[in-house]
Amino acid sequence: MLNRVVTGAHYGLRDWLAQRITAVVMVLFTVFVAVYLLLQPTVGYDVWTGLFADDVVRSFALLFLLSLFYHAWIGVRDIVMDYVKPASVRLLIHVAVILALLLYVIWSVQILWGV
Amino acid sequence: MKFKIYRYNPDTDVSPYMQDYDLKFEAGDAMLLDALMMLREQDDSIGFRKSCREGVCGSDAMNINGRNGLACVTPLSTLKQPIEIRPLPGLPVIRDLIVDMSQFFKQYHSIKPYLVNNDPPPETERLQSPKDRAELDGLYECILCGCCTTSCPSFWWNPDKFVGPAGLLQAYRFIADTRDQATAERLDNLEDPYRLFRCHTIMNCVDVCPKELNPTEAIGKIKDMMVKRIV
Repeated sequence: MLNRVVTGAHYGLRDWLAQRITAVVMVLFTVFVAVYLLLQPTVGYDVWTGLFADDVVRSFALLFLLSLFYHAWIGVRDIVMDYVKPASVRLLIHVAVILALLLYVIWSVQILWGV
Repeated sequence: MKFKIYRYNPDTDVSPYMQDYDLKFEAGDAMLLDALMMLREQDDSIGFRKSCREGVCGSDAMNINGRNGLACVTPLSTLKQPIEIRPLPGLPVIRDLIVDMSQFFKQYHSIKPYLVNNDPPPETERLQSPKDRAELDGLYECILCGCCTTSCPSFWWNPDKFVGPAGLLQAYRFIADTRDQATAERLDNLEDPYRLFRCHTIMNCVDVCPKELNPTEAIGKIKDMMVKRIV
C-alpha cells in the first residue's frame, strides 16, 4: 500500500470544543450533587433515591453521563491516536470504545428511570 | 568542571554511550558553549553545531541537564555538575550532539511560512499600522532552534503529523499578519486532530524557549479564531 502520511480530517476543533463544554456540564452536576448532599443532615438510601425521584434531576444526571461518555470518547481516542500506530488496530479500538459507550448510555437510562 | 557528553558515531559505534570529561576551567560568567569549544580542543571528535555564539542563529540547541536550551546563552554557573549534555530528544542523531532537523523543518514548511498576498506589489513596502505590527511581537522573534518542538511529547509521538510548537507559533505569525490574505486557508490547514489538536497545553515549549516566546498562547489564539469562525 502507498505509504504516505495523511492529515486533514477537519474535525479537530469540534471535539476540542466539545471536550471543554462537556467538562463544564460535569463540573455543574458534581457541584450540584455535592452541595445537595452537604445540605442534608443525614445521608442514606432514602435521601439518595429521593434526589433522583425528580425527573429534572434524572435528566440532569443523564446529561452529566452523556457529557462524561463523550468526554471520555475524545480522551480515549487521543490516547489511541498517540500510542497505537497501525490504522486498522486504531479503527478497531475506536469502534469497540464507541459501542461500549453506547451500551453505557442505554444502561444509564435504565438505571436512572428504573429505580 | 565535570561533563557527561552523549557520544555516537554511527560509522564506528554499535550504540550511543555517555563519555566523561574533566575540564580545568574557571567558569566565571562563561557560557556552556565556551566550555564545549575548549573540550573540543581536548578531543576534536566531539560533534556539535554552532555558529553565531550569541543566541541568534539557533544552531547549538541541545539537551542540557535534561532541559533543552542553547549552549551559547546558558551560563555555566547555573548548571549542576556533572553537566549532562545530550542531543535534542525525538530527532534522529547524525553524530554526537548533531541531530537531523529535516522533520522539524518539514513541519515548519507545511504551514507556508511566508506572506500570501495576491495584490500587485506596491511601489514601497506593504505598510501596517503600529497597532497591527504590534500583533507580531512575540511571534517573529523565533529563531527555529527546535528547543520547544523537541521538548513536546506530542511531537515525539507524532513527528510526521503534529506541526509542533515552533511551526504553530509561525503559523499564527502569518495568521496574525494583517497583510496576509490566506487566513481561511491557513486555518483550514490546521483544522485537524493531528496537525494542531495534538497540543494538550502542557507548556513544555514555553518552559524551554530560549527567546522566552509563548507558543501555547499562539496555539490558543489559533483555536480562538477557529471557534470565532464557526459560531
